Amino acid sequence: MIRDPKDLKRYEPKERANHWVVGISFILLALSGLAFFHPAFFPLTQLFGGPTWARIIHPYLGVLMAVSFLALYFRFAHLNKMTPADKEWLGKVGQMVDGDDHNMPEQGKYNGGQKVMFWAMAICMLLMAVSGLLIWRAWFGFDITLVRLGAVVHAAAGAVMIGLIFVHVYAAIWVKGTIRAMWYGTVTRAWAKQHHRGWYRQMTGK
Amino acid sequence: MALQSLDIKQRSATTTPSPSERQTVEVAKLIDTTRCIGCKACQVACMEWNDIRDEIGSVDGTYNNPTDLTSASWTVMRFYEKENSSPFDLEWLIRKDGCMHCADPGCLKACPAPGAIVQYANGIVDFHQENCIGCGYCITGCPFNVPRISKKDSKAYKCTLCSDRVAVGMEPACVKTCPTGAIMFGSKEQMTEQAEHRIGELKGRGHGKAGLYDPAGVGGTHVMYVLKDADDPTQIGLPASPTISALVSVWKGFAKPLATLAMAGVALGSLFHYVTKGPNEVSKEIEDEIEKEDAQ
Repeated sequence: MIRDPKDLKRYEPKERANHWVVGISFILLALSGLAFFHPAFFPLTQLFGGPTWARIIHPYLGVLMAVSFLALYFRFAHLNKMTPADKEWLGKVGQMVDGDDHNMPEQGKYNGGQKVMFWAMAICMLLMAVSGLLIWRAWFGFDITLVRLGAVVHAAAGAVMIGLIFVHVYAAIWVKGTIRAMWYGTVTRAWAKQHHRGWYRQMTGK
Repeated sequence: MALQSLDIKQRSATTTPSPSERQTVEVAKLIDTTRCIGCKACQVACMEWNDIRDEIGSVDGTYNNPTDLTSASWTVMRFYEKENSSPFDLEWLIRKDGCMHCADPGCLKACPAPGAIVQYANGIVDFHQENCIGCGYCITGCPFNVPRISKKDSKAYKCTLCSDRVAVGMEPACVKTCPTGAIMFGSKEQMTEQAEHRIGELKGRGHGKAGLYDPAGVGGTHVMYVLKDADDPTQIGLPASPTISALVSVWKGFAKPLATLAMAGVALGSLFHYVTKGPNEVSKEIEDEIEKEDAQ
């Protein structure tokens, strides 16, 4: 496929690689974590070489995700500061979900929804990492009350995070022309003008 | 199951009912702390019958030896020195510690591995190590701090109440060996009666606070104690009113099926949003604008 040389660069290769390290470790963590979340998902342990292997591997994948997300956090945090336009965007998000984006305010590189997603993921990641260490018996032995609290927080934050990721993935599928930004880094000018006009102006000078 | 005595009543991480047609008598072990002399014969019998040999530890200056339950010491005698107000009035309290075999077992509730923890119809709670994944959730769920993860194989171990012996009509090894008859075994009903009889005797001898430890917070236990001072079980290291922690109940209770439904709801909601509202595509209008710019 020959791409238009005038396409706009949205992500650098290292940003995309970083994102996919987080993405792959998240998928593996969600599958192995769900197996321990509810008996209905227990057969998922077979994807990891059996239940004991799933238990052994899960926390190490967690460390990988925590570290790679931290890198992603430092790459993108400064682009995710909330502005009044973001709040206006969030106020009108219902109309957009309903299929009409004509009244949406102009957005920069990220819209209000993406920023909320970013901060919600950051909070969940922190909760998951801390509570995960509390219940990692292979290496740690914390006070039983802390372990019990850790188990509840880990399960709750995990469920919230899976829900958030469903929304993240669906938003990328729903808004056509988005996913390629994370595959090979560019988007069309038309896409940028429609969804992120502020960023489009900044990139093209128009 | 070949043996009716091994019928399973509850099974960890299993959401369908276990076989429940056959009725089995509920058993119980009764430990009379007022008749225990601290000889540790029960510890030895437990090691012998179960073929477990703990690492040689070090003496900590007390009679506690080994000093704690481990994956290879499923029962230990715990010694407590209680100094009373009047001079020279020292009480030496001894309790045989081990799994309480709760009617409502916190370990089983917390366990994520199907069939790693079972409760037999006779009330015995047993760990099946071949299904254990070594996560330690049983420790998180236990109100009595009993299960231990082995350093050798990362599996959880604890007292089995000699389920293999009980299955064929024998009493547990510790009961068989106890030289003072402080450990008794029979149906839960019989043991409760026996305890009441003994408590009456103790009260008659001036121990007004004597009582039975069969805590209702965990549905009662299949290991019960006769205590001289039942008003304060904490003086011999027993929780006053043990229950499964509220955190564990939330973690393993209603929240998970609800969260599962919510996650499925988000996934299905997304799918139906797509098929009802359609994709969010770049408008023809904007594409034309860009094309026009390029033509200039």
